[in-house]
Amino acid sequence: MLNFLPRRLLQLIPTLFLVSVMIFLLQQLLPGDPALVMAGEEKDPEVIEQIRRQYRLDQPLPMQYLYWMGGVLQGDLGESMRIKQPVASLIADKLPVTLQLATMAMAFALLIGIPAGILSAVKKGTVWDSAANVFALWGLSTPNFWLGILLIFLFSVQLGWLPASGWVSPFEDLGQSLATTVMPAFVLGNAIAAVLMRHTRSAMLQAMSADYVRTARAKGLRERAVVLRHALRNALTPVITLGALEFGTLLSGAVLTEQVFSVPGFGKLIVDAVFNRDYAVVQGVVLVTATVYVLLNLIADVLYVLVNPRLRG
Amino acid sequence: MSLWRQRPAALFGATVLALVVLLSVFAPWVAPYDPLATSWSLVRKAPSLAHWFGTDEVGRDLLSRVIWGGRASLSAGVIAVAIAVCAGVPLGMLAGYAGGWFDMVVGRLTDAMLAVPFLILAIALAAFLGPSLGNAMIAIGITATPIFVRLARGQVLAARNEDWVEAARAVGNPPGRILLRHIFPNILPPVMVQATLAIASAIIAEASLSFLGLGQQPPAPSWGSMLNTAQRFLTQAPWMAIFPGLAIFLTVLAFNLFGDGLRDALDPKR
Amino acid sequence: MNSLSLMRHGLAIVTAFAMAGTALAQTTLRIGLAEDPDELDPTKARTYVGRIVFASLCDKLFDIDDKLNIVGQLAIGHETAADGRSMTIRLRPGVKFHDGEPFTAEAAKFSIERHLTLQGSFRRAEIAQIDRVEVVDPLTIRLQLKTPFAPLLAQLTDRAGMMVSPKAARALGDKFGTAPVCAGPYRFVERVAQDRIVVERFADYWDKGRVHIDRIIYRPIQDSTVRLANLKSGQLDLLERLLATDAPQVSKDPKLKLATGTELGYQGITMNLANGEKANTPFARDARVRRAFELSLDRDAINQVVFNGINKVNNQWVSPANPYYQAKFPTPKRDVARARALLKEAGVSTPLALDFMVPNNPETRAVAEVMQSMAAEAGFDLKIRVTEFATSLNEAEKGNFQLYMLAWSGRTDPDGNIYSFASCKGPLNYGRYCNAEMDGLLDKARSITSVPERKALYEQVAQRWLTEGSVVYLYHRALLFSHTPRLEGFKVMPDGLIRVTDLKLGR
Repeated sequence: MLNFLPRRLLQLIPTLFLVSVMIFLLQQLLPGDPALVMAGEEKDPEVIEQIRRQYRLDQPLPMQYLYWMGGVLQGDLGESMRIKQPVASLIADKLPVTLQLATMAMAFALLIGIPAGILSAVKKGTVWDSAANVFALWGLSTPNFWLGILLIFLFSVQLGWLPASGWVSPFEDLGQSLATTVMPAFVLGNAIAAVLMRHTRSAMLQAMSADYVRTARAKGLRERAVVLRHALRNALTPVITLGALEFGTLLSGAVLTEQVFSVPGFGKLIVDAVFNRDYAVVQGVVLVTATVYVLLNLIADVLYVLVNPRLRG
Repeated sequence: MSLWRQRPAALFGATVLALVVLLSVFAPWVAPYDPLATSWSLVRKAPSLAHWFGTDEVGRDLLSRVIWGGRASLSAGVIAVAIAVCAGVPLGMLAGYAGGWFDMVVGRLTDAMLAVPFLILAIALAAFLGPSLGNAMIAIGITATPIFVRLARGQVLAARNEDWVEAARAVGNPPGRILLRHIFPNILPPVMVQATLAIASAIIAEASLSFLGLGQQPPAPSWGSMLNTAQRFLTQAPWMAIFPGLAIFLTVLAFNLFGDGLRDALDPKR
Repeated sequence: MNSLSLMRHGLAIVTAFAMAGTALAQTTLRIGLAEDPDELDPTKARTYVGRIVFASLCDKLFDIDDKLNIVGQLAIGHETAADGRSMTIRLRPGVKFHDGEPFTAEAAKFSIERHLTLQGSFRRAEIAQIDRVEVVDPLTIRLQLKTPFAPLLAQLTDRAGMMVSPKAARALGDKFGTAPVCAGPYRFVERVAQDRIVVERFADYWDKGRVHIDRIIYRPIQDSTVRLANLKSGQLDLLERLLATDAPQVSKDPKLKLATGTELGYQGITMNLANGEKANTPFARDARVRRAFELSLDRDAINQVVFNGINKVNNQWVSPANPYYQAKFPTPKRDVARARALLKEAGVSTPLALDFMVPNNPETRAVAEVMQSMAAEAGFDLKIRVTEFATSLNEAEKGNFQLYMLAWSGRTDPDGNIYSFASCKGPLNYGRYCNAEMDGLLDKARSITSVPERKALYEQVAQRWLTEGSVVYLYHRALLFSHTPRLEGFKVMPDGLIRVTDLKLGR
């Protein structure tokens, strides 16, 4: 049953290798000299040369790649040129933030998406269907930076209910922690709610017209019971795996949302590093998040097989 | 026609879409003012009869800029997705049909591209190519390609074992003909649906890139770059943020609703 | 009373004190910065926001007051030799570093030598004229200079004059920036990248009577709208770089205070005169064409439209309030007719297209757009090319521009605002203006200390630079801060850095 597993695990290697090459090239080919960016206003040509040598920026690209990958395989992801902090430590700092944001966003998404999907499928074709559709879709259609700005304006500036930015650890102050993450999590969760809604809806519709459901209906069970028991259980399996995948996307950083809300997570880390040409940070963080994403993908596929009774045979 | 009545949301989407497309195409005639005409005395004026959407920070009419901005955003969405479809679908079809090492290489490439956060890839590509609307389209198109590769490949794999394909092969049709004449028309509907939905995401992606300064360059209008500027004036001139954002929202919503309707209409199971 | 009850009483009293101690809430000042600083190592730091954080962490030999006079901080006096080749500095007694080490002449010598010799030091170019540092006695050092250098004192009011603990610097070496140990009013507690920098009051600060706030948290928040929203909703107490367009609403808001000043730096347009192929234009070759360009601009209108008139319009590299300002060269008013005439005289066919590189920042973009329509009336076609900051640095180096909107953060000494830009080998001379006489004037001006003499020399510099140079100055940006009314004692300093002494935070 799970005999695809070893093959898939092996496939991870070339995939991750390709990711590393891709992100390395994209960084190095960006116009702009990181040494110059680092120097900023302080243009001392000797010091700039020395920086170039220190970070091997004067070496040919393949050599730089080998140095970097060599370090990675030994557990050294390099360090930020800008603030001299090791990339691994930066990731450790940002991980709880992005994790919390992702979890809360998924909670929002599940709370909005799944009920909307069920409602839309059960009341298919009616105004409830359309309303649920639009309700879940608005999250996907609204640019999240726009929604974020408007929310900040409303809830922070005008009403003063929520802080406009930042992050507080839940272990430090749970209330404040929730207050700082609820708006960005909502903005992020909206987009995923739409995807979840669509998939729940189509999975429900498929399940509802399936043979075993018709049999149950024929047996005389009430509509509600039929829906809730049989269709829902089967409809949730693709949704579960989709949830795992979207979690992976979330984890990779809600770039703009974190920028707007000044949440110090992965997304903000990467964007700032791209603009500052802090190569090591972008390469390291993208490699780590890509690895996590690919692993999550694999877990999702495994889950799908395990949970779906028909594929178990 | 009865399908439309069944899904009023899709009808709404199609209508809004038609409206947006018409406004964009006929922008030179519909827009009341020159979107690039600055005016020091009309800086940040609230919506009025003369300027329905108000004016921006250098005195340009916002309604005209939103209408012209629609051109940029729509074309960005359509062209980016066109790139993705033209690159992704043939690649996916070949990979699905040929199998073997070619399929494996394509598979790993798409996996790798999908593993990197979409916006990061787009930002890096756009920064690399240089900030402009055209380059933003290319960047978004490239990042959207893997989705279509996967879609086309999946469809081809499913169709490959169908009876009618077996029959066509048995009769002696060359693979190329099978792909083109038999399989392609069948994968067209899901591709169209995905393309419609992808245009919606592409428009938001273009807005995001322009918001970060990597898309349409000033003074040419684009909804994303207008939002970038509007951020600073949120409390004094909120109309600068409301209308472009609303335009993005309505257009993207329309594409999403239309795409959903299309999927329902084209799904053979219904 | 037996010993047991005595102990119980004693315990009760101690507990009462302890509880009273914790009941006295710690005052925390939360400051919003416009960016995340780079390394917190004075020798290697490169950013403006870094200097703001240093103002609380690292005291310097000298400082400036709000009138731009140089006053002593860790130094209490100085004498320059008659030939200008050495400077004797007397140090303040009784000063301790955050780790308890005493501040002595040895420590001062160590710090300056670190600035001069550490690999990766960006301070070296600033004080390169120092040949060696001698310890005269435990509280006096003498700097021996290679050549007389008037701006030296001003350099010692900035990072080049910051003193670091030799013990900590030796121990941490390259990683000093991760846990800096200096002699400022606050000591470093922690830093979370892109989130916060926390510093707390240093109990043994030499001037501790003027320090009233227990902790300071610096929070980088890049988006100015969000920064202001944070201030309004009470998450911040003070922020820097308020947007000019937000100033009116802040000044009307009873719950916020606005504090303004004028920067030491400027916003200007650098013109490519001789850097690469793009300099092959009549614009680069003929000064009249450049004057026509300047005459097509209405600085006041730009200031009004984009900044609500809050900036200080100017045509020179020092502001009108500066003692070195040349009143002889007032800011020209817009004159389109004259601009057109000059273009005709120079034989240039209009419209003349110019590649205008603009850093990606909403305010500079707006200024560029306004300039574009203004210059169009005189016959210039400015092709605005919005470029990312990192890319623009490269492009400027290579000369891939014809106009480049470049701002300068400004230095206390006027030399700091002109030398690197106008001298032949100046690292910031992107336009590659080169004139031997100009170099001579600039070198002379930085070697004498008499203000009237220097001013006369700079007048000659201005005569040349303003007619045929490679920079057109537009305005000095307003320093805009906003804070809660609970914060008392906040003064805007000319260098824009937030001084943390004498600040009080009420309930």
